[in-house]
Amino acid sequence: MDLRRTMLFIPGNNPAMLQNGGVFGADSVILDLEDAVAPNEKDAARQLIGNALRTCDYGMSEKVVRINPLDTYGVQDIKAIVPCGPAALLVPKVECPEDIKSAAECIAAVESAGSQVKIVALLETPKGIAEAYQIATADTRLVALALGAEDYTAALGAKRTKEGREIYAARMAVINAAAAAGIQSIDTPFTDANDEEGLLKDTAFAKEVGFKGKLSINPRQIDAIHSVFNPTDSDIAWAQKVLAAIRKAKAEGSGVASLNGKMVDLPVVNRAKTMLHLAYRLGMVEEVAEA
Amino acid sequence: MAKIEKTGQAGTLESSDIMITVVPDKSGIQIELESIVMPQYGDAIRATIEKIMKEQQIEGIRIKAIDKGALDCTIRARVLTALDRAGAEIREVLA
Repeated sequence: MDLRRTMLFIPGNNPAMLQNGGVFGADSVILDLEDAVAPNEKDAARQLIGNALRTCDYGMSEKVVRINPLDTYGVQDIKAIVPCGPAALLVPKVECPEDIKSAAECIAAVESAGSQVKIVALLETPKGIAEAYQIATADTRLVALALGAEDYTAALGAKRTKEGREIYAARMAVINAAAAAGIQSIDTPFTDANDEEGLLKDTAFAKEVGFKGKLSINPRQIDAIHSVFNPTDSDIAWAQKVLAAIRKAKAEGSGVASLNGKMVDLPVVNRAKTMLHLAYRLGMVEEVAEA
Repeated sequence: MAKIEKTGQAGTLESSDIMITVVPDKSGIQIELESIVMPQYGDAIRATIEKIMKEQQIEGIRIKAIDKGALDCTIRARVLTALDRAGAEIREVLA
């Protein structure tokens, strides 16, 4: 599964930021055609992003484009952008499975043979949250659900706070729907770019409850978010002990393994394996020994 | 060869951008270029603009370009947007 610890928004009509989008080390860059672009500049931003996708080096960052909703400029966006080779499209304001199916059909109509543009669905309305699982299973192109809490809380009439109590249920709905569908869940951005302590706290909570990554609105947030989602040394040590306990039990012909007096069952083993694979991808361990 | 029928403009005067204005003219391709990197890249910017005019088969055009250090991909995007806004039918050409 692709790493999406950070997905960094880049304004789509800003050449300086577009050409430098690859230097920040985000797992994904989201070249934005929606909120960051005025309606009378959508045409210019499509040309800029299309040419940037073809020529700019985004390094290891996955190239994602946020299109406009399909009932505004989204269809034109898909026609212009998909032939330029994005890895994925972030589809905003998704409210029902049909929104994803329509986007997938539009993509298929203009996609070159052999490519498979992925979709990330941005859920940012109460209806979208209520339909999260149906959306998550709408199409095989879908690789993640993302939460957009600003529009969501505005629609609820709730005050958006740094503590985020008002979005707890929405967060859990997104995480659970994505997990049930076997895709990733990505948390809403932390919008105060000057509050690193708040960002760390918010990201730690997101990880704790099951998100696999976080949207980001400022390059300065990348390192802090990665520091939270990356496994710690003690995480890695624990995972290695779990796999060692399994190997020992197998060697002794025992069907049951234990670690520090606690039974090691399949979910624990899977969590340890996922942790070590992530650590391996990040260069934190040299190999992942089989259990 | 095609001609544009009206004026079109795209881009900004911000760093790394280029502002392009295209105006119908009697014949040929006239380019007026100002650039903060004229000694180093003036010829290359002109060549890029001329290449796009050839690809799009446009003539009878005057192009005013004010460059603030735009990369080739930005120049291409801004020129194509200006042409589109001037009523030209943009041909799909792989960059």
